[in-house]
Amino acid sequence: MHDDQKTLEPNESVHMTDSATTGVNTEGGPPKMTARHVDVFYGDKQAINDVSIDVNMDSVTAFIGPSGCGKSTFLRCMNRMNDTIPIARVTGDITLEGEDIYAPKMDVVQLRARVGMVFQKPNPFPKSIYDNIAYGPRIHGLATGKEELDEIVESSLQRAGLWGEVKDRLQDSGTALSGGQQQRLCIARAIAVDPEVILMDEPCSALDPIATAKIEELIHELRGKYAIVIVTHNMQQAARVSQKTAFFHLGTLVEYGETTDIFTNPREEKTRDYITGRYG
Amino acid sequence: MVNSGTEHTVKAFDSDINELRGMVAEIGGRSEQAIAKAMRALENSDLDLAAEVVREDKLNDDLEKRIDDLTFQTIALRAPMADDLRELIATFKISGVVERIGDYAKNIAKRVPLVTQTHRLRPISLLPSMSKIASELVRDSLDAFARRDAELAMEVNRRDQIVDDFYNSIFRAVITHMIENPKDIGEAAHLLFIAKNLERIGDHATNVAEMVYFAATGEPMPERTRGENPTTPLDDALSDGAD
Repeated sequence: MHDDQKTLEPNESVHMTDSATTGVNTEGGPPKMTARHVDVFYGDKQAINDVSIDVNMDSVTAFIGPSGCGKSTFLRCMNRMNDTIPIARVTGDITLEGEDIYAPKMDVVQLRARVGMVFQKPNPFPKSIYDNIAYGPRIHGLATGKEELDEIVESSLQRAGLWGEVKDRLQDSGTALSGGQQQRLCIARAIAVDPEVILMDEPCSALDPIATAKIEELIHELRGKYAIVIVTHNMQQAARVSQKTAFFHLGTLVEYGETTDIFTNPREEKTRDYITGRYG
Repeated sequence: MVNSGTEHTVKAFDSDINELRGMVAEIGGRSEQAIAKAMRALENSDLDLAAEVVREDKLNDDLEKRIDDLTFQTIALRAPMADDLRELIATFKISGVVERIGDYAKNIAKRVPLVTQTHRLRPISLLPSMSKIASELVRDSLDAFARRDAELAMEVNRRDQIVDDFYNSIFRAVITHMIENPKDIGEAAHLLFIAKNLERIGDHATNVAEMVYFAATGEPMPERTRGENPTTPLDDALSDGAD
C-alpha cells in the first residue's frame, strides 16, 4: 500500500498555486486530511496519478474537472470506498489527523463514520426518517438510551436544516421526502455519527435550484464544524460554496488554490480552458 | 495568463465577446477621430467642423450604452470566469472611460468659437504635438486591448509622462503670455483648458491601459515610475491629476 520512495512531510504543500497565499497551515492548524503521492489503479488502468493535497478544517474544498478526470475516484480514496471495488488499488499515503487510513490496523467502519459521505443520488434507507438518522449512532453505540438517541436525531436534523420540515412526521418513510429533503436527510445521517470530515460527491446534481441553494447554505453553515470536500460538475457551485478548489484533469491534480484565485486568475492554462468553457 | 483566443465550446459566447470587442474598437476610433477633428477645427478656426464634433459625441454616448448593456447581459447569461470575466469587467470600465475621452474632445470643440486670436497666442503652437501624442496613447491603449497586449499597455502608461510634460510647458507658457498680454487672458484661459483636456485624455488612456493590463494578466499594473523632469510645487498644485 505504501510507496516509501516518495515521502513528504505531512504539511509540505504540493501543487499550490502560490505558496504565499494558499499554503496549508496558515490559519486552521494542521490539515485534517493529507494525501501524498496517491496513485489509483483500476486493474491496469491508472485513474489517479501522483496526487498530493491537504484538506483543512476551516475551508470547504471543491474538486472540479471534466468527467473521468478522477475527482470522484480520489474522493472515494479518502474514506476507502474504493476498497469495495476488487480491482481498485491505491498507493501513496492518505492520513486523517496524521493517522494512516490505509494502515492494516485501521477499522474501516470506524473510518467511514469519521469520514462521512453523501452521494449524488439521495439514498435514504427504506426506513422511517427517525431510523435513518438513528441507525448510525445505534451501530456505533453513540447513544445509551432512547432519550439520548432522540437528542442525536433532533440535533442532526437541526444541523441539516431539516428539523422544522420533518419534526411532526419522524415515523414517515425517508423515501417519501422530496429529493432535496432526502439529500438533507442523508447529510443529517452522516452528521449523526459525529464525523470529522464530510465527503460530498455531486450532492446537488439531482436537485432543483431551490433544493440546491438549501444544500449550499447548509454546506456554508457546516463549514468549520467539519472538514468538507465536495465534488461538483457545477463550477458556479464550486465558486459559491468552497474556499479552496482543486482542478483535476486526466487523473492528475493540475491546480489547487484559493477558490477566488482559481476562478479569477488561474495559473494553469488547462484550468483556464476548463473553467471558461474552452475545454474541448 | 493572457487570453490565448481559443474558442469557447459555446460559440454564441464568442460571438458576444467579438461583438463587444468590435464596439470597443468603434468607440475608440470615434473618440480618436473626435480629438483629431476638434484640433483641426481649432487650428483652422473651423466652426462647422467644431459643431460636427459636438453633434457626433451623441453617437459615442449611444455606443457606450450599447456596450454596457451587452456586457451586463453577457455577464448575466454566460457567467464568465477567469480571463473572460476580467475582459468583460475591463470592457465595462473601458467603454465609460473612452466615452469620457470623447467628451473631452467635444469640450475642446466647444471652445473653438471662443479662441479667435490664434495668431497672437504663441503657446497654441505646442498643442498639435501634444494632441498627437494624446491621440496615440488612446489608439495604442485600445490596440493593446484588442491584442491583450500587457507590454503595450505598460508602454502607454509610461508615455503618458510626455503628455504631462507638454501640459506643464504649456501651462508656464500661457501664464507668461497672460502676464505679458493681459487683454488675451480670456482666450488664453480657454487655451489652458484645452491643454488640460488633452492632458486628461492622456490620463484616461492610461486608465484604459491599466484595465487592459489587468484583463490580460490578472494582476494590477505596477506603479508608474515617475519621469525625470521634476515639476515645480506650483505646477504640481495646479496640474492636479496630471500625474
